[in-house]
Amino acid sequence: GPEVDMHCNTARRGNSNSRSGSKVKEEKPKKGQARRSKAKEKKKVLREQCEEECRQDEEAPKCSKNHRNEKAKTEERGDFKRKTKDSCDEERNHISSDSSSESEELSADEEESQEEKDVLTQEELEKLKEAVEEKKKLIANLRGKPWPMSKKLVTLRESQEFVEKYEGALGKGKGRKLYAYKVMMMKKWMKFQRDFENFRTACIPWEMKIKEIESHFGSSVASYFIFLRWMYGMNMILFGLTFGLVMVPEALMGRPYGSMPRKTVPRSEQAGAMDFAVLWDFGGYAQYSVLFYGYYNNQRAIGWLKFRMPLSYFLVGVGTVAYSYMVVIRTMARNANRDGGGDDTSFNFSWKMFTSWDYLIGNPETADNKFASITTSFKESIVEEQESHKDENIHLTRFLRVLANFLVLCCLAGSGYLIYFVVRRSQKFALEGLENYGWWERNEVNMVMSLLGMFCPMLFDVISSLENYHPRIALQWQLGRIFALFLGNLYTFIIALMDEINLKRREEEVVKYNMTVWQASLYNGTVDDNSTTSTIPVDPADVPRGPCWETMVGQEFVRLIVSDTMTTYITLLIGDFLRAVFVRFFNYCWCWDLEYGFPSYSEFDVSGNVLGLIFNQGMIWMGAFYAPCLPALNVLRLHVSMYLQCWAVMCCNVPQERVFKASGSNNFYMAMLLVILFLSTLPAIYTIVSIPPSFDCGPFSGKKRMYDVIQETLENDFPLWFGKVFSYASNPGLVLPFILVMILAIYYLQSTSKTYKAANMDLKKKLQTRQVQGW
Amino acid sequence: MGNKQTIFTDEQLDAYQDCTFFTRKEILRLHGRYHELAPHLVPMDYTNDPDVKIPLALIVNMPELKENPFRNRIVESFSEDGEGNLSFNDFVDMFSVLSEMAPRELKAIYAFKIYDFNTDNFICKEDLEKTLNKLTREELTPEEVNLVCEKAIEEADLDGDNKLSFADFENMISKAPDFLRYL
Repeated sequence: GPEVDMHCNTARRGNSNSRSGSKVKEEKPKKGQARRSKAKEKKKVLREQCEEECRQDEEAPKCSKNHRNEKAKTEERGDFKRKTKDSCDEERNHISSDSSSESEELSADEEESQEEKDVLTQEELEKLKEAVEEKKKLIANLRGKPWPMSKKLVTLRESQEFVEKYEGALGKGKGRKLYAYKVMMMKKWMKFQRDFENFRTACIPWEMKIKEIESHFGSSVASYFIFLRWMYGMNMILFGLTFGLVMVPEALMGRPYGSMPRKTVPRSEQAGAMDFAVLWDFGGYAQYSVLFYGYYNNQRAIGWLKFRMPLSYFLVGVGTVAYSYMVVIRTMARNANRDGGGDDTSFNFSWKMFTSWDYLIGNPETADNKFASITTSFKESIVEEQESHKDENIHLTRFLRVLANFLVLCCLAGSGYLIYFVVRRSQKFALEGLENYGWWERNEVNMVMSLLGMFCPMLFDVISSLENYHPRIALQWQLGRIFALFLGNLYTFIIALMDEINLKRREEEVVKYNMTVWQASLYNGTVDDNSTTSTIPVDPADVPRGPCWETMVGQEFVRLIVSDTMTTYITLLIGDFLRAVFVRFFNYCWCWDLEYGFPSYSEFDVSGNVLGLIFNQGMIWMGAFYAPCLPALNVLRLHVSMYLQCWAVMCCNVPQERVFKASGSNNFYMAMLLVILFLSTLPAIYTIVSIPPSFDCGPFSGKKRMYDVIQETLENDFPLWFGKVFSYASNPGLVLPFILVMILAIYYLQSTSKTYKAANMDLKKKLQTRQVQGW
Repeated sequence: MGNKQTIFTDEQLDAYQDCTFFTRKEILRLHGRYHELAPHLVPMDYTNDPDVKIPLALIVNMPELKENPFRNRIVESFSEDGEGNLSFNDFVDMFSVLSEMAPRELKAIYAFKIYDFNTDNFICKEDLEKTLNKLTREELTPEEVNLVCEKAIEEADLDGDNKLSFADFENMISKAPDFLRYL
């Protein structure tokens, strides 16, 4: 019966609930008639106890009928009754000897009290069930409540008692074990995720260096280094392609050095072939190696793998350009996505204030960096805020900007004409033979280019102060203008190169003619002219060579890259490092304050460095077809640059006065890179398509045009129907409609993306006004 | 699972597991750390619930909190007396809320308490100024500090009383992408 249950429950929890415990002790020795009244007393006492508990609990249903409800519950759940009876049996063994007689009397009481009790209504049962469920939910969610620990512990104890009283300890043990198991699995999973993230970020090279620079110099300087790292990754892939598919097969499976004329240093040059000066200039042994186009044999398939060398060479050349296009456009698209999506600036300052500190930092150096980065970030936001509040006199600003652009155009036109004039003069000098002129005339073009490159950017900087732009926009204009200036550089280089190529091709005709004469002189002794080619052994070093214009082009590019790199490093050391040393150590004995006046410490020139990087990459793309060693050289150069420039920035530069936030996406750099990629692949494509290859060097020697190798492969290696399909596909009747369809698709996608953006903005505005209205 | 530890009773450990996000092992480890902070003060036997509190100065020297600019406020928010003296219960509670298992809503409630320097249940401009100065180690000029605090109130204050109530704070922080990552 219920009294027995309650008795047993309260007896079991003697330690925690002293009230019930004392009652058990009190009631034990009583015997006889008083037992019935004692039972009634117990009921009353327990009811009061229950009421008190329920009062503390807002969710509990009416208590007056609780003891009756309990009985109904025990009637419904038979096994429950049996189980508690068992536990009561246990309990009784602990109590003193007259417990058995007590239980007999109690069971007599039980029957009586059962008659007394009413039948419970369904409603009250439901309410009790609800109460117990609520208590259970409270216990499960207790860890998420913002109460102090002592309150949580007390609430836990009381809720547990309530639930136990009306439900027993059934199933609680199991539930807890399952929950603990679930928690352990979830923790293991979170730890695994965290470790994986850590591993992934640890794999990214130079992350700590860049973070340090970012925290001290701001995001615009850091964006240069992030761009540099991205370029390094791309060049690694290009290096992998050229090294693995072009250089290594020829080195391993092709004919070795000295076996053919094209692979041997000519007799006349052999004396100085190992000199450092010659090697630095990429002549001698460096020229006749896998590094340059001229070494490669035109044999169709080499080695036991039957590796198609000429095909591979051609496809790798095309593949590097295609890969570069793909990677640049994909990065631009991803950046555009990120920009357009998370453009929420409605809580900029609040978020900076409340969520920028990383609570996991324990290292003092990291903490220093974090403080610096937070301060810089605030300063950047403050600049943005101030810019947006500037009072603008529209007409004056517009006039000034138009004036500035006009001045810049004049500047560019002037420098363009100067370059053109100088190039013509040097062509005239070359025709008359360079030995007649002094050093200035010989290096006139280079000197003029360098001087222009040094002074024009400064001029642009001064002109741009007229325009009064936001620093980020001013940087973009500056970049664009210097870009236009450097295009002049490119123009002269290409003109010079084309002139050289034409010269070499004319030479080649002469050599071809001389070859027949020389071969005839070899057979002076023998008589028959109708015999097949004789096998008079001639040392390859003695065979007269054609001027290999492709190798010459490759060499020009390599020399340009090397000299560019040297210039950059030397300017860095002198312009930044020596200047900083001078300012620091001569400040004590100088008339004016060197640190604040002239020359002071230098700032990091973001625009100059970015453009240098982009133009170098353009050179690589242009020259990679003729010198497979260029990507390898570039990887080395970028690697050294990263370390050198990181050190130089932290050691010799000071942050800019107005620290501004770079547009996080770097899409502007990517756009310039794309333009350069397009511009630099044009000359390469032109030479491949229109100029016939040299007759005695390179993998395409003997063909009329370099792309003939594709035709040849299609005819020989693929089944017949493949060639037919290809010829159909290249039919203009098919190609033109295809291009038309693509143009229509682009137009359609553009217009839908515009409508999506407009809808996005609309929804955002609605959300914001709703928020404000809601209060 | 060794039952050989004598620091807590099983019921105590179960109760802690229900009230925090920690497992048995973690709670025992926490007790070890707590004991390390003041070995002469903290008993090894907690079965009879001793009333021991460690002062603020010892707790903020923990390596986890040492570099945090808000360490004093964190410890004060979790102490019962508001002065920063933590009993073991408060200690466990603090780390439970700061752990990665704690949900965003709970963290937001305590974050509000931490940033409310004068404990008036509102984040007013002085609280923001103190927060900002602690964050930047006072490297910003007073005008910049003023600008930032005004902008922050302008952004987040929805009921127009020039200070942030918990509802304002909750609304703003629930949209922040970095909140869970860093707190």
